[in-house]
Amino acid sequence: MTTPLLDIRDLRLSVPLGRFALHPLLKGVSFQIMPGEAYGLVGESGSGKSVTSLAVMGLLKKPLAVSGGQILFKGQNLLALPKREMRRLRGNRIAMIFQEPMTALNPLSTVGRQIAEMFVLHQGKSWGEAEKLAVEALDNVRVPNPDRRVRNYPHQMSGGLRQRVMIAMALACSPDLLIADEPTTALDVTVQAEVLRLIKELCAARGTAVLFISHDLGVIASICQRVGVMYSGCLVEENETRALFASPRHEYTRGLLGALPRLGSRSEHGRQRLVDIDSIIADRSKLTESRFITPRELDGSQP
Amino acid sequence: MRLGFNFWLGATLTVLVIFAGILAHWIAPFDPVLDADLMNSELPPDATFWFGTDGQGRDVFTRILYGAQISLTVGIVSQVINSIIGVTLGMTAGYWGGWWDDLVNGLTNVMLAIPSLIFALAVMAVLGPGLPSLLIALGLTNWSWTCRIARSSTLSLKSQGYVQAAQTLGYGDLRIMFTQILPNMMGPILVMATLGMGSAVLAEAALSFLGLGIQPPFPSWGSMLTDARQLIQLAPWAALFPGLAIFLSVLGFNLLGDGLRDSLDPHMRTRKP
Repeated sequence: MTTPLLDIRDLRLSVPLGRFALHPLLKGVSFQIMPGEAYGLVGESGSGKSVTSLAVMGLLKKPLAVSGGQILFKGQNLLALPKREMRRLRGNRIAMIFQEPMTALNPLSTVGRQIAEMFVLHQGKSWGEAEKLAVEALDNVRVPNPDRRVRNYPHQMSGGLRQRVMIAMALACSPDLLIADEPTTALDVTVQAEVLRLIKELCAARGTAVLFISHDLGVIASICQRVGVMYSGCLVEENETRALFASPRHEYTRGLLGALPRLGSRSEHGRQRLVDIDSIIADRSKLTESRFITPRELDGSQP
Repeated sequence: MRLGFNFWLGATLTVLVIFAGILAHWIAPFDPVLDADLMNSELPPDATFWFGTDGQGRDVFTRILYGAQISLTVGIVSQVINSIIGVTLGMTAGYWGGWWDDLVNGLTNVMLAIPSLIFALAVMAVLGPGLPSLLIALGLTNWSWTCRIARSSTLSLKSQGYVQAAQTLGYGDLRIMFTQILPNMMGPILVMATLGMGSAVLAEAALSFLGLGIQPPFPSWGSMLTDARQLIQLAPWAALFPGLAIFLSVLGFNLLGDGLRDSLDPHMRTRKP
C-alpha cells in the first residue's frame, strides 16, 4: 500500500466560548486520501466539512484554531509548517475551488490575467509566456474560443464559465490535491453535470486527488471512490462509495440516505414520506463522544 | 454611467484652472513679478489690465494665472501624499488587524482631533516657509479620512470571495493588497482625493495669507489676498479676483468630487423614474 497523500490524524478544532470554555468543532477527525483518489466528505451544514478543508489549507481565521492532531501532506505536517512554506503549497500543490463562482473572481481584471498570475506566481514564468499558458488552460476546461475569452472580465461570463475559470486557476499548476468545497451548489443542474465531469476528467488526467465536499449525495456518488460522513464534528462513517450507499452502517448515514428521493420509488412502494431527520440542530455540546445522534430523533419508518 | 450637471460644472471649472496653470506662461499678458510699475498701481479693470492692477502695479489677471500653478501643485501633490499615507496605513491596518490596526486607529483619531490648519502651521514653523514645506505640511495633515475610508473598504473587501480565493491560490499578503483590494477601492479613494484638493487649495490660501506659504513677490492666491487687504477700499478688484479664483476652483474640485462619488458609489446613485 502506498503512503497516503493527505493523512489527517485526530484533528481537533475548537472555538472559544466565553472566557474559559472551549467549544469543540472537530472532535478528532481522521481520514486519508491516496494520491489520485477522489474522496467525498458529506454532512449537513455545520458538521465541520468546510472547517476541515480550511484547516488543510491553513486558512483558519481567528478565533478558530487547531487544538490537536496532525495534517500530513506527503508526510509533512502542515500545521507545523512556516507561513511562507504553506503559502508556497497553496495554489501550487494544494488548490481549492469554492461554492460561489459569481464572487470568486476579481471583477477588475480579465480572467486571462487572473489565470496567468498563477503561472507567474508559482512557476516564475514571464507574463508573456503565462498569458499563452492561460489560453491553453482555458482551452483545457473547455471554454469555447479561449483566445477571445481570456480578454473577458468576469461579469461578461456566466456562472458555469466562471466556475470553469476557477477550475482552470486551481489546476493551473497541476496540484496534487484539489479541495472542492461544494463547487456545483450554485450552478443549475445541467451546468452542474458538465462541471462535475470536467473536474473528474481533468483530475484523472493529472493524477490530482480530490477532496470533494458536498451535502449532495448524488454528486458525491458520481465522482468519489470513497466517502466519509461527518456529523457534528465527528467522522461517523467512512467507506467505499458503493458499499456506503448499499449498506450504511451508521444511523445518521441511514437517515441521510433515507432523506434522498429515489427515482421510481413511488411507483414501487406507493406514496411514501421521505425520512426526516429532526431539523432542529440540537445543542451540540450534548452530542459528544458517543457518536450517536440521540438528542435528535429519527422520524419516519424507513430504514 | 450617468454624470449629472454638477459633475460637468465641476469638471469645467477644474479644467479651466488646469489650463490656466499650464498655459499661464503663454497666455498671460505680463510677467507676474517683474512687470511691476508703480505708475500703473491700483488701476481698475480695463482693456489692458483685465482684472485691474494691485498696489505695485502688477497685472492681477497675470498673477491669478500664475497663482493657479501654485494652487494646482499644492492640491495635487498634497493629495497624492495624503492618499499614499492614508491608503498604506488604512489598507494594512484593515488587512492585518491586531495591534497594528489599533495603532493606526489611535493615530488617525489623534490626527482628527488636532485641527489640521494648526498642525500644518506647526509643521511650517519647523520647516520654514516655502513651497516644498507647504507641500509636506499639507501632505501630512489630511490623510486621516482617506485612512479611515481605506481601512473600512479593506475590511469589507476582505470578506469578498475573490480575496479569499486569492488566499487559497497562494497569493501573498502584499500581492492580495495590490491586485485584489487596492483596485477595488480606488473609487472612494479617488473621490476623497478630489474633495481633498479643494480643502488643500483653501489651506494653501490660508497659510499664504498668514505669510507662511508662498513668499512674495511670487504670486499665490492667498498671498495676493494679503497684499490686497490694505487696499481693499482703494482697489477692491485686487482682492475680489483672487478670492473669486479660490472660490471657483474649490467649488470646482468639490463638485467634481461629488459627481465622481455619485457615479462611482452605487449606494449614492440617485434613481430617476
